[in-house]
Amino acid sequence: MSAKKETLGRTVGIVLAVCLVCSIVVSSAAVGLRSLQEKNAELDKQTNIVEAAGLKEIAKGDIAGTYDKYIEQRFVDLATGEFVEAPSEDYNMYKAAKDKDYNERVENTAVGFQTKPKVASVYLVKNDAGETTRIVLPVHGAGLWDLMYGFLAVDADGNTVRELVYYQHKETPGLGGEIQNPSWKAKWDGKQLYKDGEVAIAVTKGAKEGNDYQVDALSGATLTSNGVQNTLAFWAGREGYAKFLSMQNWKS
Amino acid sequence: MADTKEMKKVLFGPVLDNNPIALQVLGICSALAITTKLETALVMSLALTSVVAFSNLFISMIRNHIPSSVRIIIQMTIIASLVIVVDQILKAFSYQIAKELSVFVGLIITNCIVMGRAEAYAMKSPPFMSFLDGIGNGLGYSFILIVIGTIKELAGFGTILGFEILPLIQNGGWYQGNGLLILPFSSFFLIGGMIWFIRTIRPEQVEPKE
Repeated sequence: MSAKKETLGRTVGIVLAVCLVCSIVVSSAAVGLRSLQEKNAELDKQTNIVEAAGLKEIAKGDIAGTYDKYIEQRFVDLATGEFVEAPSEDYNMYKAAKDKDYNERVENTAVGFQTKPKVASVYLVKNDAGETTRIVLPVHGAGLWDLMYGFLAVDADGNTVRELVYYQHKETPGLGGEIQNPSWKAKWDGKQLYKDGEVAIAVTKGAKEGNDYQVDALSGATLTSNGVQNTLAFWAGREGYAKFLSMQNWKS
Repeated sequence: MADTKEMKKVLFGPVLDNNPIALQVLGICSALAITTKLETALVMSLALTSVVAFSNLFISMIRNHIPSSVRIIIQMTIIASLVIVVDQILKAFSYQIAKELSVFVGLIITNCIVMGRAEAYAMKSPPFMSFLDGIGNGLGYSFILIVIGTIKELAGFGTILGFEILPLIQNGGWYQGNGLLILPFSSFFLIGGMIWFIRTIRPEQVEPKE
């Protein structure tokens, strides 16, 4: 490193040149790969919805095709339970929850977030005849470490649970992470959300075999299980989809 | 141009004789966090190896033009750009794994192995040898990650690369998964164990008593 190289002009020139080259490389990578990435993210979401819809076996790998054929996205005003038009183009309920034009405060709940969107996006699962057979509802709530995002699939009666699919969470692998274990997920099939109009579903220790309102909690993951419980209590409750599920507008 | 023997030393030396994790004790953080499953460990190894190799190559190519007063910043710029490119490629072609690795790909920027090799080797050596040195150190890192990833996945989940080897009790088998080995910090024990093992077969690595 000779002193000759250390003139101010030269240093600035080299720094600028390096920055220029690097920025060209980075931006061309970002722009060139963006469409592929967006397709991937969309596909990932569709995969989870298709799984919650119980169509994974029918899909046989053709996720996008199955999604287009059987699943319809609708928007629901949580306060009235009615279907509404999309509030904006590319509406995303999780972004809307943080946007003061679209959100509402949530109080007195253990669900783990302070604001919820006024309008939620739900997915209606149709059969070949065009009748709605399942409703896939996005749910989220705090687990042990962070918010857990998932889809709750209920039958057209608005009461019977078919699937609870978590697709994004940071729970401890092997303990709380077992919310993604197929054998635990299978326990949700056939459970009932409501009893006499009140939310009755519970994640409890030592749930009784054959009890339609109880799901056995995960061993070694009490706080995650409580999180699942709080999430469902919130989203099945009055603040969440209770109105929508009781009105059953998808039948008309 | 260096002879074949020198090239071999640069390429394979870092695996056992001069392992970046076991001897230089660099890049521990990512080795702790992403070795829970072998698959993520493999992808991380690949990402890091390509970043070290190419950052070494590019830095070495312009090493005679880098003013020494700003050399660290220039190295960082090059490394950061490469990491972003790798991250973008992962997101485009292997979204699921990119999601699991999440922040750790970005953190390759702060991985001491990359900076360490750039400063210690690439600034003084010709491009081709620097490239080999990058690959070599990547191999050393990968070696540790793969061993630890295998042990952790097998002991914790009873699987290797997702294939069931030991059927878990949860799924109707007989094996009780080891919860401790799933947690990130258990890599400390395993890396410690590997350092012990490597120093037993290479006693010259043992530090003299103070």
